[in-house]
Amino acid sequence: MAFAFNEKARKQFDWLLKRYPTKQAVLLSALRLVEVQQGFVDTESMDYVAKELDLPPSFVYGVFTFYSHYRRPEDGKYVVMVCQTLPCALRGAHNMVQCFKEELKLGIGETDKDKLFTLKKVECLGSCTTAPVAQINDDYFENLTPQKVKEIVAALREGKTPPHLSNGPTLEGGCKQWSPLVEAYPAGK
Amino acid sequence: MLVKEYKPILMDGAYKKGEWTLENYLKKGGYAAARKILAMPRDPATNNVPPMIDEIKKSNLRGRGGAGAPASMKWGFFDFKSKKPRYLAINCDESEPGTCKDRVIVTYNPHMVLEGILIAMHTMGIEDAFFYIRGEYVVEFEHLVAAVAEAYKAGFFGKNVLGTGLNFHVTPHRGAGAYICGEETGLLSSLEGDRGYPKIKPPFPVVEGAWRCPTLVHNTQTLASLPGIVNMGAENLAKIGPPKSPGGMVYCLSGHVKKPGLYEYPMLTTMKDLIYELGGGTIDDIPLKAVIPGGSSMPVMKYNGPYTGTDGKEKTDNLEMQMDFDTLLANNSLLGSAGVIAMHERTCMVGVAYNLVRFYHHESCGQCTPCREGTGWLEKIVARIYHGKGRPEDIDMLMSVASQMSGTTICLLSDSCAMPLAALVIKFKEEFKYFCEHGKTMVKDAIPL
Ligand SMILES: Cc1cc2nc3c(=O)[nH]c(=O)nc-3n(C[C@H](O)[C@H](O)[C@H](O)COP(=O)(O)O)c2cc1C
Ligand code: SF4
Ligand code: FES
Repeated sequence: MAFAFNEKARKQFDWLLKRYPTKQAVLLSALRLVEVQQGFVDTESMDYVAKELDLPPSFVYGVFTFYSHYRRPEDGKYVVMVCQTLPCALRGAHNMVQCFKEELKLGIGETDKDKLFTLKKVECLGSCTTAPVAQINDDYFENLTPQKVKEIVAALREGKTPPHLSNGPTLEGGCKQWSPLVEAYPAGK
Repeated sequence: MLVKEYKPILMDGAYKKGEWTLENYLKKGGYAAARKILAMPRDPATNNVPPMIDEIKKSNLRGRGGAGAPASMKWGFFDFKSKKPRYLAINCDESEPGTCKDRVIVTYNPHMVLEGILIAMHTMGIEDAFFYIRGEYVVEFEHLVAAVAEAYKAGFFGKNVLGTGLNFHVTPHRGAGAYICGEETGLLSSLEGDRGYPKIKPPFPVVEGAWRCPTLVHNTQTLASLPGIVNMGAENLAKIGPPKSPGGMVYCLSGHVKKPGLYEYPMLTTMKDLIYELGGGTIDDIPLKAVIPGGSSMPVMKYNGPYTGTDGKEKTDNLEMQMDFDTLLANNSLLGSAGVIAMHERTCMVGVAYNLVRFYHHESCGQCTPCREGTGWLEKIVARIYHGKGRPEDIDMLMSVASQMSGTTICLLSDSCAMPLAALVIKFKEEFKYFCEHGKTMVKDAIPL
């Protein structure tokens, strides 16, 4: 089935168009709307976005591939991103990578055949004072230890909310993106 | 000198759940500074507020994004004659290894940033601001959106703000994972919906920035400092800390200390205060070996060397060094974004070099040959040494490649890789030499990196 924005995404998209002086400027945000709606960005949805923004599809692919954080169709349900940059490395990131490899039985860059987990090594996540750190989908896990890694992976395998969630006061209701702002100021401009 | 009586402003409420709301911020006197500035009329000729620009100049506020340039300099170069729209871009890309303050400010104190944004917008005659926050910060982004929504509802943003007849808009903009989007022109390219390619300067963004219009780009913490300046007055702010580096600095202390964390103090703080007093000393009391004082792009400092003090005189123990912009500059390093990374004696400096060079190679946007190829060559050579296959001539080759990467590229990422690499090689040459000659590290019980 061809991709199209659902009502929620469409509302935000139309609102965002009013906020920028050009259509193209909405590109990064539009790809985020796609990502939240269907869980990943694929060629079909990029073609749709290209059309909506009057951009050549090849340009959209080029921008998409420049950035590393969008979810791709081949990614598992949980994308595990383990930070490997110096401040984390000094506090045992190497060991954490090993732990995740063992718990997930995956190598770096691999996804299991049920498409439950994808394991990636990433660069500094901007939480160096709580190293070692990993991000799983939207959430940060800080001050990691081998024991914590075990418990987090076990919970995710059972479909439970993982323990040791530590990125502050998580707001209720999952990722709302721009919606609260659209509601607060529907006029856009 | 650790100023114990200093009360944190930016970190006030940090890590306290639910503190971020508008209600709480108003209780603490929030938005009073914005009200005060918004009551000042703009100069019709330039459409700016000259007294506030003077105030910033008097306060000596320096940017917290990495360069430490006086904010007044940027404001002064702003193209007020242009008839084009003006923009403000807030830099919350925060990807410099060792730096992690903006994230906490946005999550726990978003209204202080928004108030700062409002002050800057009115002062500079700007109607549209874009808040560029790195893609990985999802929960932080949700907090930001929630706070912006509150501010719109309360009438601090939108049309005819506080009865001034002026419109102010701020749009949260999510990045998608690229260190280079922290560089101001890369950020603007990304904001325009393109790859995050930096652009040649000049023209500087204050003359020709987003959509080729005059654009002010500031770090999140810099903007969050503005309400404080208005509230206490520039002259009082200038009294906090050294005259040329006034105000509180959020030091991001990471690496081999017992208590890593974010510590907001005036820039009279010494390396010793940070590592031994606030950080509680090194892990397992293993002796300190080196410190990177300002995020990974800044040259490493070898512990227990001589240094130039604030009075310009030679001193012996660099642990006593004051962590302000000028003192570090005088000592061939930089305070940058105050990401202080401590390393103890079990750290192999070849491993450190390998880790960092790999980072910059990964993050190079690829536009300039010296950066794209240089970071790759450096990674290859350091990897060769680190994997025990180094050759004696590799050390000279590292220095030669690094020397060709400075001042030859569009942006400073290339220098940000070459500069710390060269410092590591020069200051720890014997380690590199030993590794090349013996195929292994000379560091006893080296931790894996
Ligand atoms: C490679 C590179 C990466 C940068 N990353 C950031 C960053 O993540 N956050 C930031 O605020 N400034 C970053 N900067 C500095 C910005 O270019 C710019 O100087 C800064 O945002 C200006 O804000 P300030 O005047 O408030 O310091 C980076 C610079 C370079 C060269
Ligand atoms: S110096 Fe490097 S990161 Fe900067 S523009 Fe050139 S290639 Fe890109
Ligand atoms: S190095 Fe891992 S969060 Fe910064």
